[in-house]
Amino acid sequence: MKQRYVKLILILLLLAVVIWIDLPNNPGIHFGSIDRNLDTVLGLDLQGGLQVLLEADLPAETAIDPADMQTARQILENRSNGLGVSEVTFQVAGSNRIVGEFPGLENTEEVIAVLKETGQLEFVDTGDNFFTPGTEIITDLNAPQLTQPADLTGEVPVVYHTVITGANLKDVSVTQGQLGEILVAFKLDPAGTKAFGNHTTNNVGKALSIVLDKKVISSPRIQTAITGGEGTISGNFTIETANNLAVQLRYGSLPIPFKVVESRLVGPTLGIDSLNKSLIAGIAGLIIITLFMVIYYRLPGVIAMLSIATYGAITLALFKLIPVTLTLPGIAGLMLSTGGALDANILIFERLKEELRSGRRLGQAVTLAWQRAWPSIRDSNLATLITSLILFWFGSAFGASTVKGFAVTLAIGVVVSLFCAIFVTRTYLDVALQLINTTDHDKNVKRFGAG
Amino acid sequence: MNILGKRYIFFAISLLAIIPGMIILITGGGLPLSIDFTGGSLLEVRFESGSAPNTEEVIALYNDLGYEDVQIKTTTDQNVLIIQSAKLEDEQQAEIVDAMEVEFEDTVTVLLFDNVSSAIGQEVTSRAFLAVAVAALGVILYMTFAFRGVEHAFRYGVCAILAMIHDVLIVLSLSAIGGKLWGWQFDSLALTALLTVIGFSVQDKIVVFDRMRENRNIYRKLDFETLANHSIIQTLGRSINTQLMTSEFMLLALALFGGLTLREFAILLLVGMFSGTYSSIFIAAPILVIWEKKEWKTWFKKNKAVA
Repeated sequence: MKQRYVKLILILLLLAVVIWIDLPNNPGIHFGSIDRNLDTVLGLDLQGGLQVLLEADLPAETAIDPADMQTARQILENRSNGLGVSEVTFQVAGSNRIVGEFPGLENTEEVIAVLKETGQLEFVDTGDNFFTPGTEIITDLNAPQLTQPADLTGEVPVVYHTVITGANLKDVSVTQGQLGEILVAFKLDPAGTKAFGNHTTNNVGKALSIVLDKKVISSPRIQTAITGGEGTISGNFTIETANNLAVQLRYGSLPIPFKVVESRLVGPTLGIDSLNKSLIAGIAGLIIITLFMVIYYRLPGVIAMLSIATYGAITLALFKLIPVTLTLPGIAGLMLSTGGALDANILIFERLKEELRSGRRLGQAVTLAWQRAWPSIRDSNLATLITSLILFWFGSAFGASTVKGFAVTLAIGVVVSLFCAIFVTRTYLDVALQLINTTDHDKNVKRFGAG
Repeated sequence: MNILGKRYIFFAISLLAIIPGMIILITGGGLPLSIDFTGGSLLEVRFESGSAPNTEEVIALYNDLGYEDVQIKTTTDQNVLIIQSAKLEDEQQAEIVDAMEVEFEDTVTVLLFDNVSSAIGQEVTSRAFLAVAVAALGVILYMTFAFRGVEHAFRYGVCAILAMIHDVLIVLSLSAIGGKLWGWQFDSLALTALLTVIGFSVQDKIVVFDRMRENRNIYRKLDFETLANHSIIQTLGRSINTQLMTSEFMLLALALFGGLTLREFAILLLVGMFSGTYSSIFIAAPILVIWEKKEWKTWFKKNKAVA
């Protein structure tokens, strides 16, 4: 008899914890080595932002080393962070794709341009030619063998000599010079220092072009010999342009070339609009459902809604803890699993009505209703769980974020819903039965809406 | 109440709902797929002055810049346009927005810019199909296991999936009709609706079949059709209430408050979920009865109207 109160206390304790987590101004968990903020993570469709899907730009049959994908992911993330974009995430999807998400970002051109750089970085001796950025030149690094003149005029195109490559760069940073001008400072490895020292000593006053993917990004003049392996690049930089150059220098080479196959930009106003509209719809729907449940099922209706509220609180807390990114499809998954949780309650209480109508006493009717409703709750929910797991696998393997967002919230919702059906609804009902007089059969029939 | 006795009438009703959409699908060259699947660009812009220019003018502007095959959808918001074209690069999108600002002397805000290459779109479509097929197989296997206590457990799973396919066809049919009449497009949100319907449909079938499973072990001597009919009647209250609660109330709210994009989604779901409950009673159970009675042997003998 006491057992039900023990269960109730356990549930109330759990509720206290999850409601604390659910609170919007939750301070997060910070003790010992655990340092976590507990914020609701909204997807790009709800808060606005840019999502890009990058695909390895290699022939289809090429086998790609997963380690290279991870390296590329890391480099892309570093590049984006270098641009000053916050909260960027990159995830490898399947064998040859990477999904990048930039919450709240609107200026897409710059970001996509930086991401697209595959980044074969070279410092090229271009003699007296100071190229404007964007000029394509030919260098002697990995250059195609020219067996005949490339153009019809008969002139052999100029092949410039590559002094060092991006691999020789150890560190790049943005600094300020003595006059407050903005500079890009770099450090070289020993091999780079030697080659760079030799070259700059003999070529003061000449151009040393910085070339990314055979395109000039900057053509600075060699002011003095740089033999110590440390130097600066000057040139009317703003903080922004200096940063861009530093990012390109620092994260120059990706192990795999990528192309952008999909990009989605959601303006922040549209995102907030969708969020508000789904919230209003959700609240309106819940109010109608609560009214209906309480009027139609009476006491069990109240219990069902308490159980659903518990389910909702636990689910949202899990979303924050894991954390799950909430998207519009995710809300659809949540809605479906809430429907499942309601269905579990309806199944139990419909069954209870049947048992009461057939003349059983309340205590016995409750036990029987439980036993009989359980297989259908279990099997229907497990089938949904199987479906959602398969969809999740599909969604993550192919970067189909719609499907994945839906499957994650559905799967979590189904598990919590099963827990609530077994444990929470039963405990609430048991406690409610304790509080009312259960001996008056006619009254019970009425209370349980079975009249 | 004898529901199963009228099973061929219900099949006919379902066919009536499915066939028009299927005809549109076949003659109209498939679903009105959005750029999520076909590839291309979708640009949703708001004109801050409060009213959008004529769609013809915008199309002309696109054509002047060298982009052909442009489609424009207006929305309930006076100042918002949804422009669809071949895949654009980001520089091109910026160029177009700049050109619009100059041409229409307005401030243009980009609400949404989707850019999908056609290969990706096709891959997502085929993989989504594969995932649903694998999920269906998983459900059949699980149901065969879960119903192992009754005869022909395998049939329960297959019938559940057949009825689920019915619900998918209803949703696709509605999408096709919506595409024809109101310019709906089947986008990734519609795919989500379809997945939700699939999940709900299977769940609902299992609940109804569960009652047959239970009754079959209680009334061993009873004729299968009577037993199935009795089980349906017993679960009818639950079917109706669950349907009302889980979909109609929630989705009506979404359809009413959800704005234009969410409205298509809500309507697809509303119809699909209704179909999910309907098909448990009027499709899945009757097919199971036909299978158990091997009724097709008699189709061409007496009941010609059916074939």
